[in-house]
Amino acid sequence: MINLQVFELVCFYAFAVITVGAALAVITLRNTVHAVLALVLTFFSTACIWMLAEAEFLAIALIVVYVGAVMVLFLFVVMMLDIDQEKLREGFVKFLPVGLIVAVVMLVEMLALIGVRAMHAQAMGVNPATAAGQSNTAWLGTALYTNYLLPFEIAALILTVGVVVAVALTLRQRHSAKYQMASEQVSVNPRDRIRIVKMDAVRPVEPVVAAAPEQESKP
Amino acid sequence: MITLSHFIVLGAILFCIAVAGLFINRKNVIVLLMAIELMLLAVNINFVAFSRFNHDVAGQVFVFFILTVAAAESAIGLAILVLLFRNRSTVNVAEIDSMKG
Repeated sequence: MINLQVFELVCFYAFAVITVGAALAVITLRNTVHAVLALVLTFFSTACIWMLAEAEFLAIALIVVYVGAVMVLFLFVVMMLDIDQEKLREGFVKFLPVGLIVAVVMLVEMLALIGVRAMHAQAMGVNPATAAGQSNTAWLGTALYTNYLLPFEIAALILTVGVVVAVALTLRQRHSAKYQMASEQVSVNPRDRIRIVKMDAVRPVEPVVAAAPEQESKP
Repeated sequence: MITLSHFIVLGAILFCIAVAGLFINRKNVIVLLMAIELMLLAVNINFVAFSRFNHDVAGQVFVFFILTVAAAESAIGLAILVLLFRNRSTVNVAEIDSMKG
């Protein structure tokens, strides 16, 4: 029993180290594409940590939704835009001390607030889902579709609005483009298109060609 | 044995890394967006841990909604970014000053 717990702890530390290392890579890597890939690694190892916390549905959702959709979207945009990497790195060294100081001070404050030592004895306890005799997905789904139904629908609405806005923002109207208007094509009147002109047949007056000197010079 | 503080400390570390990323990558909008994603992830870790610790489903439901909103936010943010790059051909924050704010 104790071995299982130690194994769990070792797994947690391994995933946590990978998460933190990948997060550091996200903010320090020179190439933006590599930074996005490091962010993918961060999300993946965080999903593993959520697995350890027995939040299985959210872990899988994080991988499917985030790694599968959002990060691919990021990669798309990063690769589509032709970015001058060097220019964007200009202030890196200048702002590095400020960023480090702020981050370290915040971290120390947070850790002091958490009171690592005081909380350390508190184990996570039994999994509420398994205690209720159902899986994590059923536990979460029951809550989502009963008590949280209205927020759930609003979330769906937000996603719809997001899609519409993303398309509306990036849609480029070309005024020079030629469209085919089927209604106008159908409703066209032949008399508008061609005009038949009645006129007498006239033999054109042949111009008198003075080509004699040209033929002479040819041979 | 994994305790609650393990998760909270991990969330705090991730959040501080994201804040540092906001400071040191002040020019690149894409990295700024990624730092925001990291912040949301740190918050989500806390929610999951507390949900498990307090035997409350609300934490995990909230993580679900945060994921939804973050996905919509990054989609719209990237759309704005594409629009910006099309008009200004740069993603440098320092050069985006046409509103003189």
